[in-house]
Parts: sequence; C-alpha cells; structure tokens
Amino acid sequence: MPQPLNYLKETASQTAGPYVHIGLIPAMAGFDIFEKNFSNVLVTPNTQGERITLEGKVLDGSGSPLRDVLLEIWQANAAGRYNHPADRSAGALDQDFRGWGRGGSDFDSGLITFETIKPGAIVDKTGRKCAPHINVWIVARGINIGLNTRLYFSDEEAVNADDPVLNLVEPAVRRKTLIATRSERAGKVVYSFTINLQGPDETVFFDV
Amino acid sequence: MNVQAPALRDPRLNSPEPFTPRDGGFFQRDRSIHPPAYAPGYKSSVLRSPRQSLLSIENSASEITGPVFGHNDLGPLDNDLIRNYAKDGDPVGERIVVHGQVLDETGRGVPNTLVEFWQANAGGRYRHKKDTYLAPIDPNFGGCGRALTDDTGYYYFRTVKPGPYPWRNFVNSWRPAHIHFSVFGSGFAQRLITQMYFEGDPLIPVCPILTTIPDKDALDRLVAPLDLNASTPFDSLAYRFDIVLRGQRSTYFENRTAGN
Repeated sequence: MPQPLNYLKETASQTAGPYVHIGLIPAMAGFDIFEKNFSNVLVTPNTQGERITLEGKVLDGSGSPLRDVLLEIWQANAAGRYNHPADRSAGALDQDFRGWGRGGSDFDSGLITFETIKPGAIVDKTGRKCAPHINVWIVARGINIGLNTRLYFSDEEAVNADDPVLNLVEPAVRRKTLIATRSERAGKVVYSFTINLQGPDETVFFDV
Repeated sequence: MNVQAPALRDPRLNSPEPFTPRDGGFFQRDRSIHPPAYAPGYKSSVLRSPRQSLLSIENSASEITGPVFGHNDLGPLDNDLIRNYAKDGDPVGERIVVHGQVLDETGRGVPNTLVEFWQANAGGRYRHKKDTYLAPIDPNFGGCGRALTDDTGYYYFRTVKPGPYPWRNFVNSWRPAHIHFSVFGSGFAQRLITQMYFEGDPLIPVCPILTTIPDKDALDRLVAPLDLNASTPFDSLAYRFDIVLRGQRSTYFENRTAGN
C-alpha cells in the first residue's frame, strides 16, 4: 500500500432554498435585523470607474423567470485589479470598491439589478490580457450547487475575441450567452443579460 | 515532406521567479460528493438544472480571489440569534450553541472568513413574507446571523433549535430540522451554501433534498453531533459542525496577519 493521502473532503452543497433572503438579504424577506447589510450596490460616490447598471433575469427550462433567485457578483476594479491580497497584478487598488455584491430577483418580475462600475481588463499570471468580465454565482430553490458563470461586455468585441476563457467555449455559438448587451437609458449605461438554465440558448456555466 | 508546427513555448520558461508548485489554484472540485444539478426526487431541480456540461477552466485571478470581510461588516449581536431580534423576551425553543471550524481540504483552518446562517423558528416557520406555513411567527426570533471565523477558522453562534416543517414536493414531505449555512473562503471558487442537520433526526433519511447527495459519507458529514462538552450547564446544548472548503495550492496566506 502506498502512503495515504490524508486530504479532507469538501462539505457537500445543499440548495439555498426559497428563503435564502432571510440569511443573506433580510430586508427582502420583510424584516430589518442587522446594523449593516450587504446589497446590490457596489459603488460609493468615490469609486473610480464608469458607472453601470447590470440588469437581467434567470430563466428556467420553461422560459419563466426565477423569482426567488439570488446572485452574487465578484469583479475587478476599473484598473483591472481585484481587491484581494492574492491579486498581485499592477493595477492600482481602489479603497472605495470591494468588488462584490449580492442581489435577489424581484418577487413579481424576476428582475435582478446591480449598480457597479465596468471592470478593467485583467492581465493573468502569464501576461495574457483577459477581456473585462464580471463573475456571477447563482443560488436558488431547485439549484443544488451554486452555478458559476461570467458576464462579458458587448462593446468589447475585439478583446472578447481574444479572451482565453471565451475561446474555450465550443461550439462558438454559445459564447454569446456570456455577453451582456450595452444600452443607454435616461443617461445611464445599462448592461442587460439573460441567464438561461436550460434550452437551446442555455448559458455556459463553469466548473471553476 | 513533414512540416512541423512550431513548438509551443512555455511563457514562463525564462522567468526569474523560482519554481513553486503552489500556483494559487484550488483543488479540482470533486463533484461526486455533491448533489447533481438534476435530481428529480427534488422536483424543483427539474426545470432549474443546466443540461449542458460545465466548462472546466483552470483558476485565474477571477477564481482565486474573493471578497474580504472584516469585523466592521458585522454588528455585536450578529452571532446571537437569541438576542438579535428579541423584542420583549427570549425566543421560544431549545437553546443551542452551534460551533465548529471552517477548514480547507488540507486540514488548515480558514481564518477571517464570513459564515452566514439562517433557519426556521422552533415551530418550523420562517420569518419570510413568502412562508405561509400555519405554525406561528415568533415575535422574538428573526432567524438569521453571521460570524467571522477567528485565526484558526473557528466560529460559534447561539440560537434555538429549528423545527421541521412540511413543504410541497410529495404531499407528505417534511424537512428535517436544519440550519442553512453560507461560507466564503478566501477565493470565489470556494463559495459554498449548505445545510446542517441534527444528529438523530428521523426525517434525515427520507428528505428529498438531503438524499440528492449521492455519497452516504458526504451526507453524514452534514449531520452535526450533539456536543455535550461544549454545552453550557443549565443553559444550552451544543452541536458541532465543521465545514470543509476546497483546498488551495497556495502560500499567499501563510504569513498574512489576522484581519482587521
């Protein structure tokens, strides 16, 4: 017998359930309990970068929006730097940007929004430039283990075409499921997305 | 004539950095111990489960990094569910302490990481505007809290034991008593939501959600044992619940000082 490898096993995932808001966004469950709350607003007035609104829905296999879904986003700042000690890339940190937020879908429409900034391009360990993107994590009733996906930006066609992760998506026609569409509404920049859990336009989900 | 493609060149070949096997990536997730996305015994999963393969990507900064939280994000009563919503008395129910360690797969404690928890009250009713179960709301119980692990990954909180409740799956499906947990770790790829169950609960083996887990040992690891050693005499019983996040090929944190 070889020596044993004494690694522990990861704790198994379980669904976040329909009442995930109680723990993570209690105001949505209908009550006020914590002094400080996390939210879908990632920016303060001092945050550097272009203000954007992310807006979208998560659709189930019947095309209906999930009205009890919770999304978290994690992103680099406007200089392409994550606010975390393991990111040792050159871009400057922004003390006014944690880069993380969470939001629940509207209980009627299923709409999810985030107020954030457009992240800068990221340079990976080998010096490759990666297209700006926002990392998305999705939990809900009926989702047994959180789903990881990304949002890229429709106005970044050239860098998207060279992005090492987008280029792994085959067939290439599925890459469009990761692109949020830019528009302007009342002077605000809005990126719209649809996450399809199933169907011909099923969004690409990652095993990270 | 053979024409050979130019050999790929490792861009790090002449790097001045010394070699290390610790590239910061997380251990590949062993999906055999997790519930599959599509688990028809849990009916809600049928329309909400992706059907295409997940695309496996090696970890980059986007996965290795994750949000950092500190004590400034929390309030002083956040880990005391007996007090954090009390209006005119204590909540009804068995008083318990839940405690344990957040570890990674190498067995190291995960320090300064955010743990959030939520649950039904002692009668099995959630304080949530979408919960219509006939058991009453407890005016002194909110049902949520959070804690930051210490330097060794240890966390604890105080609450009342949640009750089981019926839910729409089969006509007589009941959830075992459980507490939901959300854990971050140091990188976004470690993000995990799970549920803790209580030793000895007869609803555990018949729960359509718990039995989505294909691996018996993985299921057992979600069941917290009664921990009399940590119980407070004449006050509270205790349950121990350790949580294991993915391991990491990293030295980034070995010299990192404790969070703020």
